[in-house]
Amino acid sequence: MQGMMINRAKELLRDGTVNRVLGWQAGEFVYDITPAVFETEEELDEGFVYNGFCGNNLSKYLVKETLKEGKILVFLKPCDTYSFNQLLTEHRIDREKVYVVGIPCEGKTSGEMLKSKGISGITGISEDGDNFIVDTVYGQTTIAKADALEERCKTCKSKKHVAYDELIGEDGEVLDSHRFDMVAKLEAMTPDERFAFWRGQLSKCIRCNACRNVCPACTCEQCVFDNPKSGIAQKAAADSFEENMFHIIRAFHVAGRCTDCGECSRVCPQNIPLHLLNRKFIKDIDELYGDYQAGAEVGTRAPLTNYTQDDVEPSIVYHREGK
Amino acid sequence: MLKISLDKLGSLFDAIAEKEALYIPADKAGQPQYMRYQTGMQMTEALNTVRSAKDFFFPQTENLVNFKVSGKTIEIIDPRTEQEDFVVFGVRGCDVRSFSILDKVFLVDPIDTYYENRRKHGTIVSMACTRPSETCFCHTFGIDAAEPEGDAVCWKTEDALYIKANTEKGEALIEKIRPMLEESDDSAVEAQKAATREILGKLPLANFSTEKFGGDVLLKAFNSEKWASLSEACLGCGTCTFVCPTCQCYDIRDYDTGHGIQRFRCWDSCMYSDFTLMAGGQPRLTQKERFRQRFMHKLVYFPANNNGEYGCVGCGRCLSKCPISMNIVKVAKSLEGDL
Repeated sequence: MQGMMINRAKELLRDGTVNRVLGWQAGEFVYDITPAVFETEEELDEGFVYNGFCGNNLSKYLVKETLKEGKILVFLKPCDTYSFNQLLTEHRIDREKVYVVGIPCEGKTSGEMLKSKGISGITGISEDGDNFIVDTVYGQTTIAKADALEERCKTCKSKKHVAYDELIGEDGEVLDSHRFDMVAKLEAMTPDERFAFWRGQLSKCIRCNACRNVCPACTCEQCVFDNPKSGIAQKAAADSFEENMFHIIRAFHVAGRCTDCGECSRVCPQNIPLHLLNRKFIKDIDELYGDYQAGAEVGTRAPLTNYTQDDVEPSIVYHREGK
Repeated sequence: MLKISLDKLGSLFDAIAEKEALYIPADKAGQPQYMRYQTGMQMTEALNTVRSAKDFFFPQTENLVNFKVSGKTIEIIDPRTEQEDFVVFGVRGCDVRSFSILDKVFLVDPIDTYYENRRKHGTIVSMACTRPSETCFCHTFGIDAAEPEGDAVCWKTEDALYIKANTEKGEALIEKIRPMLEESDDSAVEAQKAATREILGKLPLANFSTEKFGGDVLLKAFNSEKWASLSEACLGCGTCTFVCPTCQCYDIRDYDTGHGIQRFRCWDSCMYSDFTLMAGGQPRLTQKERFRQRFMHKLVYFPANNNGEYGCVGCGRCLSKCPISMNIVKVAKSLEGDL
């Protein structure tokens, strides 16, 4: 796959379709991949990589990249294409300046994920059918790919590309993902249990803002929390609940626009399952307004920004316990 | 050398905690972090905590001074309460070294009395590493993970914890728990040190060096054309700076309580758009300049001001945690050819 992608990128650079390529660059340890812009065929040969560790969603970089001269080639995995469409809907990307090549994705893992399985001292990783063979300074170990998948990939919502100019490989289908199972579990808790769960998770937050900065739905030029003039700039937490509020407010802000790409949870240095807040909103929207997937199409009016006379009154629906 | 059998570790912690506040690295909601010890709490199996141990001396937020306004008078209130003595147990060699780096910032004239106060009351008990990770490069900065610094140092083997004092503070602590400890030869400790050092030599970053950096290459490093591509994918989040044991930048702000002012300081991050924002504007206009600041500070400015000592301890947290996997090792390797 990587070879096909490099060859196609070279062709598109050569024939002038694009003047640069947005992809992933190899790192120091196999798993530490960095998003990068490649401008020449030599750069592609030197550093371009596509493997099971290329989890970064590249679509948000297009906000910045499409302001530059010329057209850029971007490789998007199925779930990244939802973010891409959502950004188009919000007029954050200039579609004319992007050439999208859809690429297949078998699910991603990460160095952190391998380490969470007790694998340390990683010096090399190779694939062998359904397994990863990991070389470490403590010896070789084998781990099933399915066990090493990131949480968001274990409940992958779609292998279908919803936006592309061309595809490499076969397109997939929207999947029945069971991605709301954990949300349903949280809903089934008592309010006290749920409060304890979220307090335990959110109080780990160090306010590094990685979740916000990586989020394709968070593209404000300047976030209110970064603006000293806003009166609510938050470099320091006034009390022990403030980080909790930040995440709750952020989830409200992206409600109906979040495509559930899962980048927030991937980047969280404290492994807070932030995506569950967003999924709660998605599940509620589905139940109250009918199934809706942000980013599935360009230009759709999302339930929360649309009004119809048939709209439900959420508080009444909840009062009737969903009936 | 003194030792205690591992099955008595809990009672050792109980004994220390009875006399002063004890903090140990433990798991909270699946993440290793320092927590105030309570009976029954287990040490984490993880190599290191996500947040470093710098919080003990340089907390993420703290109130510096309060002002109470009534009529035409302003009352100045020092919000500090008496600092209790505390013990931080299980600090890794990298984090122990970070304290001496922070000392060079906070304990030079003018001395930061908030930091100094905590330093005076804290006792550091370090823990030798046995399973370093591929992201570890403390040896680059002359740190021996097999025998870390600290007021006292511990080695944990399969069945026992060995402990040795390095300073008066460490001796005072051991004196308090002396009845629980027994004399032992140091053969188990020596064997562990040798095994760990062998692993350290096999790590992928075993030969990583920053020796080309320092004050002498300031302009060459600063003007390198590589900063643009290195910083290109940076999200501008504060992860690297907040998990870093040596990052020490802070912001001081006033919070209007309605009937007075709370002047607090909090960690700042050079990665943030309002870092060093002044009335005259922002001197580092794009992420490239902010990104460059972080690495120049650690590899060039800090050694220039501190006899060649780098502002990094090789803990590897930024290597593990950066959302785009950009870090000091990649930066140093990329730039060194230009110097």
